[in-house]
Order: sequence, then C-alpha cells, then structure tokens
Amino acid sequence: MGVQYIYPEYEIVRNQERCIVCRVCERQCANEAHEYLKDSNKMVSDDAKCVNCHRCVALCPTRALKIVKSPHTFKENSNWSGKAINEIYKQAESGGVLLSSMGNPENYPVYFDKILLNASQVTNPSIDPLREPMETRVFLGAKPEKIERDEKGRLIRNLPPQIQLSMPIMFSAMSYGSISYNAHESLARAAAELGILYNTGEGGLHEDFYKYGKHTIVQVASGRFGVHKAYLNSGAAIEIKMGQGAKPGIGGHLPGEKIGRDISRTRMIPEGTDAISPAPHHDIYSIEDLRQLVYSLKEATNYEKPVIVKIAAVHNVAAIASGIARSGADMIAIDGFRGGTGAAPTRIRDHVGLPIELALASVDKRLRDEGIRNRVSIIVGGSIRSSADVVKAVALGADAVYIGTAALIALGCHLCRSCHTGKCNWGIATQREDLVKRLNPNIGYKRLVNLLTAWQHEIKEMMGGMGINSIEALKGNRLMLRGVGLNEKELEILGIKHAGE
Amino acid sequence: MYLLAHQLGFRALNEKIRGTSEDVVIEECYGERFIGAGATGRTITINGTPGNALGAYLDGATIVVNGNAQDAVGDTMNDGKIIIHGNAGDALGYAMRGGKILVKGNAGYRTGIHMKEYQDKKPVIVVGGYVGSFLGEYLAGGLIIVLGLNTEECPVGNFTGTGMHGGEIFIRTQKMPKNLPKQVCHSPAEEADMDRIRDILSEFSETFNIGMDEILGKPFHRLTPNAKNPYKQLYTNN
Ligand code: SF4
Ligand code: SF4
Repeated sequence: MGVQYIYPEYEIVRNQERCIVCRVCERQCANEAHEYLKDSNKMVSDDAKCVNCHRCVALCPTRALKIVKSPHTFKENSNWSGKAINEIYKQAESGGVLLSSMGNPENYPVYFDKILLNASQVTNPSIDPLREPMETRVFLGAKPEKIERDEKGRLIRNLPPQIQLSMPIMFSAMSYGSISYNAHESLARAAAELGILYNTGEGGLHEDFYKYGKHTIVQVASGRFGVHKAYLNSGAAIEIKMGQGAKPGIGGHLPGEKIGRDISRTRMIPEGTDAISPAPHHDIYSIEDLRQLVYSLKEATNYEKPVIVKIAAVHNVAAIASGIARSGADMIAIDGFRGGTGAAPTRIRDHVGLPIELALASVDKRLRDEGIRNRVSIIVGGSIRSSADVVKAVALGADAVYIGTAALIALGCHLCRSCHTGKCNWGIATQREDLVKRLNPNIGYKRLVNLLTAWQHEIKEMMGGMGINSIEALKGNRLMLRGVGLNEKELEILGIKHAGE
Repeated sequence: MYLLAHQLGFRALNEKIRGTSEDVVIEECYGERFIGAGATGRTITINGTPGNALGAYLDGATIVVNGNAQDAVGDTMNDGKIIIHGNAGDALGYAMRGGKILVKGNAGYRTGIHMKEYQDKKPVIVVGGYVGSFLGEYLAGGLIIVLGLNTEECPVGNFTGTGMHGGEIFIRTQKMPKNLPKQVCHSPAEEADMDRIRDILSEFSETFNIGMDEILGKPFHRLTPNAKNPYKQLYTNN
C-alpha cells in the first residue's frame, strides 16, 4: 500500500465495556466499517470507511458506539483548511471530479435565520388557532386577469386548472432511482393522507404508484425518461425540469449499474445503460421554445393539468422567471443553492447558484412590477428546514414550498451526504434490496404525516400570532418580516425593513 | 372528418381532433402547432404545413403530411407513424421511444437526438435527403437511417452521434461524415446489417415511390456507440 495521505475524518468510538459483541453494527454497516475478530472475540472498526451516518449508533443495543470528529488536524491555517488540503489529495490520487450529495454545506449566509416574524400586541389582536378557524389551504395555478361575465351577467368560468393543497407544502422532485421504492411509497402515501402533492422526479412513475395520481406531480426532464401519455395524464400537474438548485447548469446522470430491472421499467430504458439527462433540453434554447414544450404538454393532456417550470436559482433568476411567466406555464418552481441532490460535482454544488430567499424576493418583485404575478404561482425549495422557513417564504411571496431534504430526514436520513455511493444505510438513497427493506413505508409515511401535521400547527400559531387567519393574507406580506444584521442592499432585495424600523 | 386548420387556429383544431376517433383530413394548414399531440390509433392527413411539435407524445396514430413539417416532429413519440412528403425541421423525433418517422426530403439539426428503445419498442427514423449537424446526439437506442438521395455529398452535418450510447445510425454515402466524436465506431454496413434494415427501406420505397435500386445504389455506413456508458467519467467520493 502506498502512502495514506488522508487521515479519516471521524472516529468510531466503541466502549468495549458496554459492547456485548452482538455484531449488529457489523450487519448494519453497508460500508463495512465494523468487523468481528474471531480470535479475540472482539469488534474492531475501520474509521476510514465510516461516513458518519449513525446507523450503527442508532441500532447498538447497549449504546456502546459513538462517532466523533477526529481531533487529528493539520497545522492551523486560515487559508488552507484541512478540507481544501484533503480534496487536493483525493484529486491528486485519482484524477477524478469530486462528487458529493445532499445540499451545499458551506458557510454561506442563511437569510431565513436573519429574518424575524412579527406578532400582534394590543392593537391588532392575535388569533388563537385552537378556537378560531385558520385557513392553510392554497390553490396553485394561474389566476385570470379579471372576472368575466357573459351577456346575462353570469360568471364565465375562466379559471385555468389549479391544484389544491391543504397547506403550502409539497414534497420536491426525487426520482425513483435516486431514492428507493420504499422512500417513494412513503412520500406518495403521506402526500395522499395530508392532501398535498409529491413529485416523481425525472425517473418516471412506478406502476404501483399510479393510484396516488391525484397527489402526484409528474416530471419531464431533458432525458424524457418514462414520459408517455398515460404518465402525463396520471398526475395532478406536470413539472418541466429545467434545472436543480444543487447543480445549476448540470444535467443528471444515473449510471448504468444503478439501472436494475424495476428502475429500467419506470424509466423505460434497457437495464444497465446510463440514464443521461443532458444539461440543457436540446429542444429549448429560448423562452419561445419553452412555450412550445409547455403547450405540447397541455395539448397532450387536454389543458387539464397545470404545468410547472422548475429552475435553479441563478443570477438572472428574475428575468428568467419573467420569461417563464410569459411562456404559458402555470407555476414556477425555484430551487435555491442549498437544495439537495443524489449526486453532484462538489464544486458545482458548493459554488453555483443563489440563496433561495434572495431569488424568491427578487422574482416576486419583478413579476409584480411587470403586472404578471397572477399568471404564475411561485413554489420555492432548497432549503426549507422548518415551519418558520415556510412562513417566511410565504411572506416573501411564495405560494408554496417544496421540501426534499427535510422529508428524507423525517424518514431517517442522517445527512451523511453519501447518497451518491448508493449504500444508504437508512434505506433511502439506495436500490440495494437488503438496505431498502430497512425503511418500512408503513412507518415512514406516518413520520412524514407527523412532521407536516406538526408544521401545519406551527404555521397556524405563527399566523395567529400575527393576527392573520389565512395563508392568502400572509402571502407577500413583507410587513410581517424584519431583518437582523443585514445590510441595506440585502434588505432592499428582500424588500423588508430592518428590525427596529 | 374534414377540418380547416387556418380558420380554427391551433387550439380549436386540436380540440376537434381530440374530440373524434375518426380519421381526420386537415386542409389549409399554415403552421398550426401540436397537431396530433398524444393521438392514438387513426390516421390524420395534413395538406399543408403543420407547425412545431407535430405528433408530440404520439401514441399509435398515423400522421401523413403532404407538405413540409417544422421543428420537433414526434417529440417523445411512443408509438405510431409519421410520414412527411417534404422536409422536416430541427429536433425531429426528440427522445422518441417507439414508432416510425419517414421523411421524404431533408431534416434539420439535432435529428433523432436522445432516442431510446425499451423492451419491444424500437424507434425508427428514415430521412430521404440530408440532415443537419448533431444527428443522433445522446442516442440511447433505436435506428436512424439517412439516405441522402438528393446529394452527392455526405448527407449528415458535423458531430454526428456525440454522446451516443445505444442504437445505430446508417448513412448511405460514398464519403464518411466529418468530425465523428470518439464515442462513435463506424464501419461499412455488412450484408447482415443490410438485411436488418431491408424491411424499413422497402417501406420507405413504397411510401414515397422511390425504387429500391436507387436506394441501394450507394454503400451504407453504420455507426454504433463504442460504450454503453460513455460518461463514466472518473469520479472521486467527497
Ligand atoms: S452493535 Fe453495539 S453491542 Fe453490538 S457489536 Fe456493535 S458495538 Fe457491540
Ligand atoms: S439519504 Fe442516506 S446516504 Fe443520503 S445523506 Fe441521508 S442517510 Fe446519507
């Protein structure tokens, strides 16, 4: 073996006094970090294989295990962090592009954490959600310019197709292939029970899940995997994926080894071939071309399904959104640079895109300034971590939010950011049967329902505190927001005042 | 059912087409888009020039165009047949998964890109004339044949088959295409290869009344991918 440049990031600490050598950790770790030594009847571990997913820690019956950050360190250097050095070692060794997963973990500002909500005192009474009705229902879709009546004065029904949500939250696009069958089932069933929608992602729809169609957004990406007429008609809405927050400007690539029998059937490609979604749609080089895809989808579904166009938040997002609003799309989904992914080049994930808070505020403003805000609903994601983020996003102008990472965490994800290895010990980002089995959809869906039921309650409480009893009255209501520790420019873009003003 | 496209406009026209299960003949077609989107089992005949995205998501219907067609014909087509007695525009058969597209004349850029096959579905495009650059980019399955019946030059543009990882392309030509990317292998078509495409060539011959002798009057070259996984770029876990 050559020189080992990289010292493991984590240490697996085993309390030998507590360990009863049950070998659970050995069986649970798909990375094979634990090993049983027969001769000494002892467990040992290889720190280098640990991805810090906590599976063994959670299952050890005697709490004998913990994972700690290794105190081993390079000589202190404010410029050359240990991470920067290690990444160079990895690339010098392999010549490879650094590949990561989940959302951008770097230390960029999180604007949601620098925004505070208002509450009523004295003059405008707050509302108690336990005794008064609170409306969290939202309808997404284009809203007509004006009310029209026929010659007899009757209302002309000119409302384009809408989707109805019991609360302004949906599960964002995660394809079958990037996550497991059981994860998909959990999302689909939770969406149905909660009265919200989940999103197939670009991998087609498994035949077992057509029955959740009313609660499904079907996605169409540049690779068009699994896209056919029945698929398009099976969902409540169609989403055109132009981009993703974790990897703006980058396409998708599911390697052939992950295209097993079932995945091949939902993607409608042969087993073992790469599933390549090119970065651009090669039939879309302009807003006019986008319009064509939007309308061809509407034609194929008899104008019954609203069409969402999903983009990554990038520097020109407001101008792009304005184009999308004019393309005939019913909704725009904007994915911030902290959005999760099953695999993305590290450099792209960590250095490209925009914080969703700024993108949302500028898109909402631009569409209002242009008088076309009614033409589209705005959905934002990447990353919404709590009900407070939801409330802040709605007050910044969002009609609804997408949650992806938060939903996976509810299913057991420990954010070890190793989804791209396909060995998710929690049965989420994997296709390995023995691992998939670990996620029980009967429990998984319930956990998702619990999470969002709790969030809905919290949303009602926060709204009630502000004296607001419906999401509609909260939407774009920036008076309910104040910034802390933000500069003038940031406040200007967010369209909010500083705390104390 | 007879329909006058121009009078109706594309939305009303397509609504009428969706509203019937009869065969449809469309007259006075001046660029109306999305004709036959998702249509199933019957024949739609168009006399004129249909607009973009003709037969998108087509699911079994036959579309005959007596005239030229524009961009994005047969986008994500699943099944059926499109016959064009003229030229077609760019992105013909984008991501098509099944069925056949026969074009008598030329086709534009990005013909047949991202076509794929699946189980018994195998999409086929035959172009009688020449095509623009980027033919069969990202090709993942299916069959593309370019005949170049109207030219002495090689009938394809630059960068044919970039990112190709499945399927095959036949080009009837004496001269090899320029700028073939490294994902593509090419060789003269052998007897066995020709046997496999003979049926579709005779279908083309009968459809457009062009003699088989003429079609077979020049050698065919066959392009195939040299790997199923062209983007197996070396990644490093981080
Ligand atoms: S799971 Fe815990 S008790 Fe069992 S072998 Fe591993 S460390 Fe020991
Ligand atoms: S989904 Fe699995 S592999 Fe991905 S971060 Fe979560 S626990 Fe790790």
